[in-house]
Amino acid sequence: MTRLAVPKTYKLYIGGKFPRSESGRTYEVLTKKGGFLANASQASRKDARDAVVAARAALAGWSGATGYNRGQVLYRIAELLEGRRDQFVDELVSTEGVTKAAATQQVDTAIDAWVWYAGWADKYVQVAGNGNPVSGPYFNLSTPEPTGVVAIIAPQGGDSLLGLAAVIAPAILTGNTVVVVASEAAPLAAISLSEVLATSDVPGGVVNILTGSPAEIAPWLAGHADVNALDLAGAEALDWVDLQIIAADTLKRVLPPVTGAPAPSLERIVALTETKTVWHTKSLI
Amino acid sequence: MGFLDYAPAPESTSILHLKKSYGLFIDGAFVQGHGTPFQTISPATEQTIAEIANANAKDVDTAVAAARRAYDRTWSKLSGADRGKYLFRIARLVQERARELAVAESLDNGKPIKESRDVDVPLVAAWFFYYAGWADKLDYAGLGPSPRALGVAAQVIPWNFPLLMLAWKIAPALAAGNTVVIKPAETTPLSALLFAEILQQAELPDGVVNILTGAGDTGEALVNHPDVNKVAFTGSTAVGRAIAKSVAGTGKKVTLELGGKAANIVFDDAPIDQAVEGVVNGIFFNQGHVCCAGSRLLVQENIHEEVVDRLKTRLSTLRLGDPLDKNTDIGAINSREQLDRIRQLSDIGEQEGADRWTADCAIPDKGFWFAPTIFDNVSTSSTIAREEVFGPVLSVLTFRTPAEAIAKANNTPYGLSAGIWSDKGSKILAVADQLRAGVIWANTFNRFDPASPFGGYKESGYGREGGRHGLAAYLESAGWGQPALAAPVRKASK
Amino acid sequence: MNATTLVTPPQALAPAERAVGLIGTDLTEKSLKLHLEGLPGVDAVGLEQRAAVLGTRSIKTTSKAWALDTIIKLIDLTTLEGADTPGKVRSLVAKAVNPDPSDPTTPRVAAVCVYGDMVPAAVEALGSSWSNGKDDGINVAAVATAFPSGRASLPVKLADTADAVANGADEIDMVIDRGAFLAGKYGTVFDQIVAVKEACRRDDGTYAHLKVILETGELNTYDNVRKASWLAILAGGDFIKTSTGKVAPAATLPVTLLMLEVVRDWYKLTGGASGGQRIGVKPAGGIRSSKDAIKYLVTVAETVGEEWLDPHLFRFGASSLLNDVLLQRQKLSTGRYSGPDYVTMD
Repeated sequence: MTRLAVPKTYKLYIGGKFPRSESGRTYEVLTKKGGFLANASQASRKDARDAVVAARAALAGWSGATGYNRGQVLYRIAELLEGRRDQFVDELVSTEGVTKAAATQQVDTAIDAWVWYAGWADKYVQVAGNGNPVSGPYFNLSTPEPTGVVAIIAPQGGDSLLGLAAVIAPAILTGNTVVVVASEAAPLAAISLSEVLATSDVPGGVVNILTGSPAEIAPWLAGHADVNALDLAGAEALDWVDLQIIAADTLKRVLPPVTGAPAPSLERIVALTETKTVWHTKSLI
Repeated sequence: MGFLDYAPAPESTSILHLKKSYGLFIDGAFVQGHGTPFQTISPATEQTIAEIANANAKDVDTAVAAARRAYDRTWSKLSGADRGKYLFRIARLVQERARELAVAESLDNGKPIKESRDVDVPLVAAWFFYYAGWADKLDYAGLGPSPRALGVAAQVIPWNFPLLMLAWKIAPALAAGNTVVIKPAETTPLSALLFAEILQQAELPDGVVNILTGAGDTGEALVNHPDVNKVAFTGSTAVGRAIAKSVAGTGKKVTLELGGKAANIVFDDAPIDQAVEGVVNGIFFNQGHVCCAGSRLLVQENIHEEVVDRLKTRLSTLRLGDPLDKNTDIGAINSREQLDRIRQLSDIGEQEGADRWTADCAIPDKGFWFAPTIFDNVSTSSTIAREEVFGPVLSVLTFRTPAEAIAKANNTPYGLSAGIWSDKGSKILAVADQLRAGVIWANTFNRFDPASPFGGYKESGYGREGGRHGLAAYLESAGWGQPALAAPVRKASK
Repeated sequence: MNATTLVTPPQALAPAERAVGLIGTDLTEKSLKLHLEGLPGVDAVGLEQRAAVLGTRSIKTTSKAWALDTIIKLIDLTTLEGADTPGKVRSLVAKAVNPDPSDPTTPRVAAVCVYGDMVPAAVEALGSSWSNGKDDGINVAAVATAFPSGRASLPVKLADTADAVANGADEIDMVIDRGAFLAGKYGTVFDQIVAVKEACRRDDGTYAHLKVILETGELNTYDNVRKASWLAILAGGDFIKTSTGKVAPAATLPVTLLMLEVVRDWYKLTGGASGGQRIGVKPAGGIRSSKDAIKYLVTVAETVGEEWLDPHLFRFGASSLLNDVLLQRQKLSTGRYSGPDYVTMD
């Protein structure tokens, strides 16, 4: 007799905890062949609102940590992902309907991307910032700072785990906190990732993950005045131009949609930072 | 008459050789505009200076086409070194004609000749010199390997620093390999038109820079033109929002430099005389028509009275009057509209209970003038603590601790600039760390330099002008980030 | 059990009236030091920029003419050389009395400034042009207190001062003890100034006016100049003066601006328009051109007010400046540029 499995409950990840949607709604996650996989929480605008609150609350601590510290936290996440490789591979095979080999490659690429980004945490300032040789007795320094709370529409198609890694890591390594809307069709990687995050050293609220309908949630995030930037990476299938227009009301920084999981790049890191330039008078007397 | 009533020291306008009317500058030549021409006046005397052409949608089309042709056939084929040489030529010509440009600027804008001569025009030359050198070094700019120009840039600039804002836009755009269509502000076209003459003298290839004079609709047509790759705007937050909306989904890169309500924070351990000077400079320089103006004085409560007292004493030697007099400190307000707005907001300030004090200045009969004004005992919920006045009006608020100063300074949707006055280095650095502003001045204010990036956080806009960072707005890097998706065929529903 | 005094009680300072008024009757080196170190700092970049902006004022036509005349009236025409002789002093005085023989409208200088032992020669040469206690006429200012270094014992410096006063000096330009100042012995510096002020007392109970030379070039930092300025005022100085002229840098516009700000603050503190005390300022050394001197006039007027453009409250310590002003005056009156042959040597 085969053993009765204990199916997992898939909830949202907000403020370091796993609440269900305050709306009580769920939606069915199916296998590629249409079989029932799970009831995932369907996030509401209030969940999005709560996630933004959690992200804002976590910002001071996370952006106040040293780059070294954040890099270590990200690296630990990579370690934990590595430890859970098999779980992720299995989930990807069921939700995305890909071969085990392809799923393995995706997981490996995601972990490697995560490691790559971890190494930037205490370095990107050196590359994106610099002293400025102004004409006068001033010490003038330009430094990139995290922009704040970033709302992200994660890649919605295949590569659900890699897509998450590719949008979350570059955002948080600089000290930003994020609210991520996961792939609607393939949310399980997002939730399993949340479990990794919850057991890592990343403080609660730094990463918040909402499962549900991006089309429903995205406009609320785009219009939210306490969200500083909007990464529309996975918004290709949404009315993303409308989202940009909504975001323009509060002059959010907006990253446009891309196809698939964005390749690791320094540009992506810097795009979610603000450059602060400080002038200091200098004198001996 | 005492010594302090200095004898008139007028800068002569005889250095100017103005035409009665100016056309649009398209494809290397001045051509007639097809909109209704308008006048540009001196805001100090309300007299007409010249008739200015008005670009309509057809003219915008022509200009963009010229810029595109110039990009495709000429400018994109030049080496960076050659682009740099053109920019060096322009810089030199600006220096050669510096006096003339300064006089024209003061005449058309209303700012004191002392400022256009000593600040604006030298910075214009410096900006072109600085970016000239970058043109053949883009690979070293830290923006990825083989960065490429975007194509045609549409640029709309404001009236507060007309020629300087033009330099901030054109210099990096050209250095990066783009061609430009630029629209000066409606009330201050003159220096841009003289600049067009300089472009001719520099023999800049036709169409690389096109200058379209006009009003709001010209700017709108330009920004929304489908064949433009990049939009750069400096002006009000309201218009910035509208531009961000209208370019959504078009694939155009945008940078915006918008309004501000900067806090100038004076701690009790500040070098007090220099702090007072810095506060005065922060809000009364250029009649307060500065996006990064220190319009909120946040003074530590235990020195509040002393600082306000010293400020009032200091304001007693500020001279308001003829912009072309070399001893004028406060010039004319740029337009009647702006003057009305300043008056209106000041009245609100008074109604809301702040204590109003105005410097004793003789106001000329003609022209647009507003004497330097201080509102004391302003609270964080006052309108004049929140809204940008864009005039010589200072709001004074107090704080008790550094943390409170930071919280009050950051408590605004704006985030362009801030000032910190203290003799304690560790405090300056820590406060600077926590202020959400793109430019922070410690024990100084209103310092600008082509090597120093300038731009805002939050609703003060995004993107930086100046420095290595200023190139980023005009370049894209192949193989550095994922190329963005092309705009979808369907247009925005709103 | 006996209580043991562990700390040496701070030494009381000479109870100069202003210091007692500001700091209190518990006037010691310690209380003075605390007060001076509590003064606001100076940001050099900001100070120098303010001075530079003041220097861009354009003083033309009638303002310029007035300025040139005023500069002359504010000059302490100076010779302070080891090689000074009665003959040299006579020549200097002649120039002071009649700066431009070709132009009788030329004003006279405020004072001649000589070494203490040259005072008799100066008094004699001035003759009826000497002020001799009255408000009009030319004063004789004498440097004293082991000028320029100040490195001598206090009795020697006081004797130096008393001699000059006895010889007829109207004004004494003393130097502070910079060594003591830089070693933090503010009380020593203070007491010396008080003592020198007392040595300026004549038999009839009047006092020679005391200018206190800070020697800003040796004090080096603006913060030190601010402290020393306050110290000199609290100790009873009538004027604060930048330099001996023997050390570079001598007077600069920023340093003078700073000292004027102290004078402004003192005036305000002591009542301002209702009886505030006015202290004089004298920049000395390095001011050679009219253009520069005009910048100083602007700085004075815009910092403490036009009132201070008066020989009782402002002086230029200069020698070659006078001729440059005369050349400028000649240009204004004749319309032509003039030359060195048209002004006299002193």
